[in-house]
Amino acid sequence: MQYSEKVMDYFMNPRNMGEIENASGVGTVGNAKCGDIMKIYLDIDDEGVIRDAKFKTFGCGAAIATSSIATELVMGKTIDEAIGFTNQAVTEALDGLPPVKVHCSLLAEDAVRAALWDYSQKKGITLDGLVPPSDHDHDHHHDFDDDDE
Amino acid sequence: MKQNTIYLDNAATTAIRPEVLDAMMPFLTGNFSNPSSIYSAATSAKVAMDEAREKIAAIIGASRGNEIYFTGSGSESVNWAIKVIAEANRDRGNHIITSAVEHHAVLYTCQYLEKIGFDVTFLPVDKFGMISTADLAAAIRPETILVTVMMANNEVGTIMPLEEIGAHLKEVNATRGRENKIFFHTDAIQAVGHIPVNVDALGMDLLSMSAHKLYGPKGMGALYVRRGVKLPPLIHGGGQERGRRGGTENVAGIVGMGAAAHLAVAELDAEAARHTKMRDDFIDKITKAIPYSHLNGHPTKRLPGNVNITFEFIEGEGMLLLLDAKGISASSGSACTSGSLDPSHVLIASGLRHELAHGSLRLSFGRETTKDDLDKLAEILPQIVERLRSMSPLWEEFQKTGNIDKLLGYK
Repeated sequence: MQYSEKVMDYFMNPRNMGEIENASGVGTVGNAKCGDIMKIYLDIDDEGVIRDAKFKTFGCGAAIATSSIATELVMGKTIDEAIGFTNQAVTEALDGLPPVKVHCSLLAEDAVRAALWDYSQKKGITLDGLVPPSDHDHDHHHDFDDDDE
Repeated sequence: MKQNTIYLDNAATTAIRPEVLDAMMPFLTGNFSNPSSIYSAATSAKVAMDEAREKIAAIIGASRGNEIYFTGSGSESVNWAIKVIAEANRDRGNHIITSAVEHHAVLYTCQYLEKIGFDVTFLPVDKFGMISTADLAAAIRPETILVTVMMANNEVGTIMPLEEIGAHLKEVNATRGRENKIFFHTDAIQAVGHIPVNVDALGMDLLSMSAHKLYGPKGMGALYVRRGVKLPPLIHGGGQERGRRGGTENVAGIVGMGAAAHLAVAELDAEAARHTKMRDDFIDKITKAIPYSHLNGHPTKRLPGNVNITFEFIEGEGMLLLLDAKGISASSGSACTSGSLDPSHVLIASGLRHELAHGSLRLSFGRETTKDDLDKLAEILPQIVERLRSMSPLWEEFQKTGNIDKLLGYK
């Protein structure tokens, strides 16, 4: 697997790995079949600014790197800004992903949204542009191009 | 391969041995002649090929070199045996029996045949990845024309009960008569050169093998075809391989495969014993040192150099990347490492849940694997597993609740 140096760096030295006790919002996405499960914790202050973000991920190198950098990218952002967060930002920040791993960046986007959804549910508020996370399911964009043996 | 790399992926491919390369070199440079030509250099190339044929026949207990046909890969051998036997016997039956854990060369060939009207039984396996002869016997129908079962599994190393199956097919065939014979083929690509193989003891009609799994060159395979078995060509062309496989012969590759086979058979007993000891010691050590780790495949009926262990709550690719960073090359049943959507079909067929199949690590030993290598791995691996578990939401859930089913959406 040809990963960029940035992906390898975030895999080898993941930033913001861990949990947040009593987090404002927690999102878990992915499924066992594809082998990626991401959990993102957000700490959101009264002004609606993300003060802290942490992740835990079961998955490949790209899954760990994308969830780690996603926590960095949303930190300090307002909720509105975070709702507009896309996988493209993740891919760009990592200097690109192999085509077969693009789905990891989509999963990271979903995990952030799922955490924001959880926050809105806990607060009993409606956030424009946010839909409930789909139930442990995700579109895949795997290619079938580098089988070995 | 970088120096100081510990290479534990010999089931994927092996390095060409120096002796094999030495045997090949003259046919790449000096004597490059086409063996079909008439002049003396061509004749000597032909003689070298026939010597290689004899050496390969000897390693699988075939009585004659002329039962060995050279091909471009193990996959080509498999495709030839299965597709052409199916096609040539279609008028009397369309049923093929195989297992659910075959290599993709067999699996996808059988699926292709299904698409063009054949009926294929994919026998299930037990938790060790083993098929049962009773299941196979029960699957036989009047229209069965071919049984194809791998000798040893490439992922979990399980050695299939081919002798038993061969004996059963012999009985069945005795009642069916020559015209209704069920052919018996095996993908022996992971087995030849690593465990004893005897086509007569197994009652094998066709056997596929590959050179690069036994320290020979890549792009080189062979198919054993028992004398009397009618097998038209897959590759039509010139009169090479006695009219059964067109294409100018890869003389250097053939000579290399012969040399590799010869060396492998000479060293087989000692290597198998050495690997088996290292394998069992390592499995014992690691499954004790790392909690929630399980051996995949059969504990004893397995390839001497194969280790396949699942580490719960983590995913395989991360393990491979962290091992690679420490100079260790290994493999996994994780989907992420194969480029396909699903994790190992072998582990899933053996009853593993998806997240467990994703967390498998396969090690396959070679001639250069030492106890020191495995000791080093045994030191590093627990740290790697612990590190990935510390990042894993499954491990977190398990620590908190003792159960990950809910998180994974299992009922």
